[in-house]
Amino acid sequence: MSALDSAAEERSPLRELIAALGRSRTFLVGAAILLFWIFCALFGEFIVPYDPLADDIINSLLPPSAEHWFGTDQLGRDVFSRVIVGSRDILTVAPLATVLATVLGTTLGLITGYFRGLVDDIVSRIIEAFMAIPVVIVALLAIVALGPSTLTVITVIGLAFSPIIARTVRSAVLAERELDYVAAAKLRRENALYIMFGEILPNVLPPILVEATVRLGYAIFAVATLSFMGFGIQPPSPDWGLSVSTNYGMIGGGFWWTVLFDSLAIATLVVGVNLIADGVAGTLDD
Amino acid sequence: MTDALAVERLSVAYRVGGRDRAVLRDVSFRVGRGEAYGLVGESGCGKSTVALTAVRYLPRAGRITAGRVTMDGEDVTALDSDQLRHLRAHTVSMVYQDPGKALNPTLRIGKQVAEIFTLAGASQAQAQERAAEMLRRVRISDPKRVMERYAHQLSGGMQQRVAIAMALAKNPALLILDEPTTGLDATVEAEVLDLIVQLRREFGTSILFISHNLAVVARMCDRVGVLYAGMLVEEGPTAELFNAPRHPYTVALLRCLPRAGEHKDHNRLDTIPGTLPAPGARITGCPFADRCALADDRCRRELPPLIDLGGRFARCHYHERAAFLPRQTPAEVRLPAARSDAAPVLEINRLNKTFHSGDHALRAVADVSLAIGAGETLGLVGESGSGKTTFARLVLGLLPPDQGGVVALDANPLPPLLEERAEDQVKALQIVFQNPDSALNRAHSVRRIIGRALSRLGGLSGDALKTRLIELIQSVRLSERHLAVKPRQLSGGLKQRVAIARAFAGAPRLVVCDEPTSALDVSVQAAILNLLADLQAERQVSYIFISHDLGVVRYLSDKIAVLYLGRIMELGSSERVFDGPHHPYTEALLSAVPRLEGKQPSRIRLEGEIPSASNPPSGCVFHTRCPRKLGAICEEKEPPFVEEEAGHSLRCHIPLAELAKLQGKAL
Repeated sequence: MSALDSAAEERSPLRELIAALGRSRTFLVGAAILLFWIFCALFGEFIVPYDPLADDIINSLLPPSAEHWFGTDQLGRDVFSRVIVGSRDILTVAPLATVLATVLGTTLGLITGYFRGLVDDIVSRIIEAFMAIPVVIVALLAIVALGPSTLTVITVIGLAFSPIIARTVRSAVLAERELDYVAAAKLRRENALYIMFGEILPNVLPPILVEATVRLGYAIFAVATLSFMGFGIQPPSPDWGLSVSTNYGMIGGGFWWTVLFDSLAIATLVVGVNLIADGVAGTLDD
Repeated sequence: MTDALAVERLSVAYRVGGRDRAVLRDVSFRVGRGEAYGLVGESGCGKSTVALTAVRYLPRAGRITAGRVTMDGEDVTALDSDQLRHLRAHTVSMVYQDPGKALNPTLRIGKQVAEIFTLAGASQAQAQERAAEMLRRVRISDPKRVMERYAHQLSGGMQQRVAIAMALAKNPALLILDEPTTGLDATVEAEVLDLIVQLRREFGTSILFISHNLAVVARMCDRVGVLYAGMLVEEGPTAELFNAPRHPYTVALLRCLPRAGEHKDHNRLDTIPGTLPAPGARITGCPFADRCALADDRCRRELPPLIDLGGRFARCHYHERAAFLPRQTPAEVRLPAARSDAAPVLEINRLNKTFHSGDHALRAVADVSLAIGAGETLGLVGESGSGKTTFARLVLGLLPPDQGGVVALDANPLPPLLEERAEDQVKALQIVFQNPDSALNRAHSVRRIIGRALSRLGGLSGDALKTRLIELIQSVRLSERHLAVKPRQLSGGLKQRVAIARAFAGAPRLVVCDEPTSALDVSVQAAILNLLADLQAERQVSYIFISHDLGVVRYLSDKIAVLYLGRIMELGSSERVFDGPHHPYTEALLSAVPRLEGKQPSRIRLEGEIPSASNPPSGCVFHTRCPRKLGAICEEKEPPFVEEEAGHSLRCHIPLAELAKLQGKAL
């Protein structure tokens, strides 16, 4: 039985995945962007040249210069400092919303995929109805009803994204439940809960991981949109969406720097997360 | 005259993880004009790589590191892409294992076949005509109708005929057949092999025939080469090679196959210990030395040359002693299972299963009644679609049977569904599935897979579980170091041992074995069959053994049930059913099996395809294909299932005495 000896060289699937991700240029670029913003969120306030919240009305609306790299806004706050620190709220809210969506969606997907039948029919129709309404509209309605708060934003986006994840998980579960190891589990009297979470879930983690990363990109976008509309992150946070919302009226006056750098920050974060998602999906497909 | 194919000192390597791994080492052979040359060997020995190299279809990581291949006098290794296209279009054709994947699912059969002729310059009308003619030549009786169909509307055998027709359409100098019958039923396999034999006579095509099935190669080929770890270890004329092999590997392979007359009660099968060297492994001496009972220091040090033995070759220092290769597994059976005639473990009475889809009702299992004693093996045979697996799932409670059928354990009727059965009842009936990759959770370690079964079925925990776990894996000949790994890190044979250990975790009374060895190589199969027989002898467990390999079924079974369209056609002791007189369907099944030894019995051809179970023929369901059909009575009246002699029942209008006469058997 020397088969094992040659097999022993083989690394665990997780380590193999990490090694493969290390070779994926797409993933590495995305990860670098995301890590940069995470670093800014954690330590930004210690490295920025100015207090991002401190007004300085005398120096308001200065164009970019050696002193203020990205200029100042209408209250005279340093735009560069605000952009650096502005990642903090969105990088808390969007990932938490994604985690909520993933947990809920995975549970729903496992239940509908495993039981099928009537449960599946009912839940799937509700999911489809839910998905037909644009996320932002649903979110707006909920926030108007519940009042804007970080918790509401997380809950609403988490709920709104969970059906999409549920659908992905369900289709993966439909394939898994036909495999013989599920029949073998039934033949030792395992209950449905154990079969779903103990047997099937570990095998559908890869598609869940990909879907969750893709959703994170959308969640960032959704949070930024809500903040822009005034229903997301609330002042005085230096949040990017919020800053764009406060300042976009001044583009006409030629004060482009008050909006451009925040918008670029949102764009880079979304692109970075999407690159990570592409890298993970590509690696798992190989 | 030039050879159709000449492979000269060919070495091929695959580049994996930045390292070249040799998969073919110094392989030389030739296929003469009109000759059929067979390449045999276990999976991973390089058979398919030879075929891919010959037509230059190697994957990107693959590279010819030495040697050359000439086809029809042309050096294949030196061709540019235009010349390669020309070669593939005119000189060589390939037929692969899975015809379903070889045919285009979106094109009608007629268009696919005709395309070959239009490419060669024929007009549309001409091409259609020639396509029909070609299909007729592969014995498709109604080519016009088949041409209108899509691939998925044809049976596997029919698809393979079409693939062969397409391969022969350009009248190639060389036809490469890579496991062409491996996925097919024995009866269909026999038809396809017959067809290839006939076509070879008509077309005079040279054939390179690749198969893991020694008996198929023996039947089809003039000369045979045996590959091991990418090396040709023996070559010679078919009859000589199989009757008097001169390489220990060939000897050992042949011994792994259960021969007629061998039975688990009388002898154990010989096995080949160890495993094939991994691709790219450094081999200094003989590649087989580690697994060979004849090997000595010289074998480990010095690679034997291909020694000329007068028209045949063997790569062994001790070729003259090969036939005396000591057994690796003693033949003696330690203790045959004591079978009692007392009350049966499992009784099945009038079991039915009908699947409904829309208006269609499909009767997959029809009126099956039988009984299995303690320590007894019931072999379940029949073509695919005969209801074998459905029957097993009904017994286990994974599917609910139709109202009225009874499955009784120790004379207590079982609730139809698993969820309603008591703990003891569930524990008593377990299964070993066909495909361990599907049956073992790939996310779990071996320890978790077996440990969980022990805690759920054996009611064990803590130290008691640990002790029992070690005992259990040792009883299936695994060791403790296998516990930490995931299934995918194990070879096929080891995976199946894990599955067997899991089935035995709760001390079952009966284990269903659903084609447990069909995915395994013969040397591994022999070890698994020995293991199943040993476990049965030790534990008095009963088996329902499902297999399409009649040799394997015969070796392991005490009783045989022959299924056709969900009905038992014949039921009796293993000797009775196999030795005959038997049901005409059994007769046809048996005559379809290619044999290595003795004379091939005259083939009983089964005409046509297995009818659909949703619309079974009237009267005797077998009458549409029966070679011994009497007449109207067979079409009108379903024959009763009658016990013709003690312990031997048949469903046939022909009396047993008459069948004996027809089949030339003593009653």
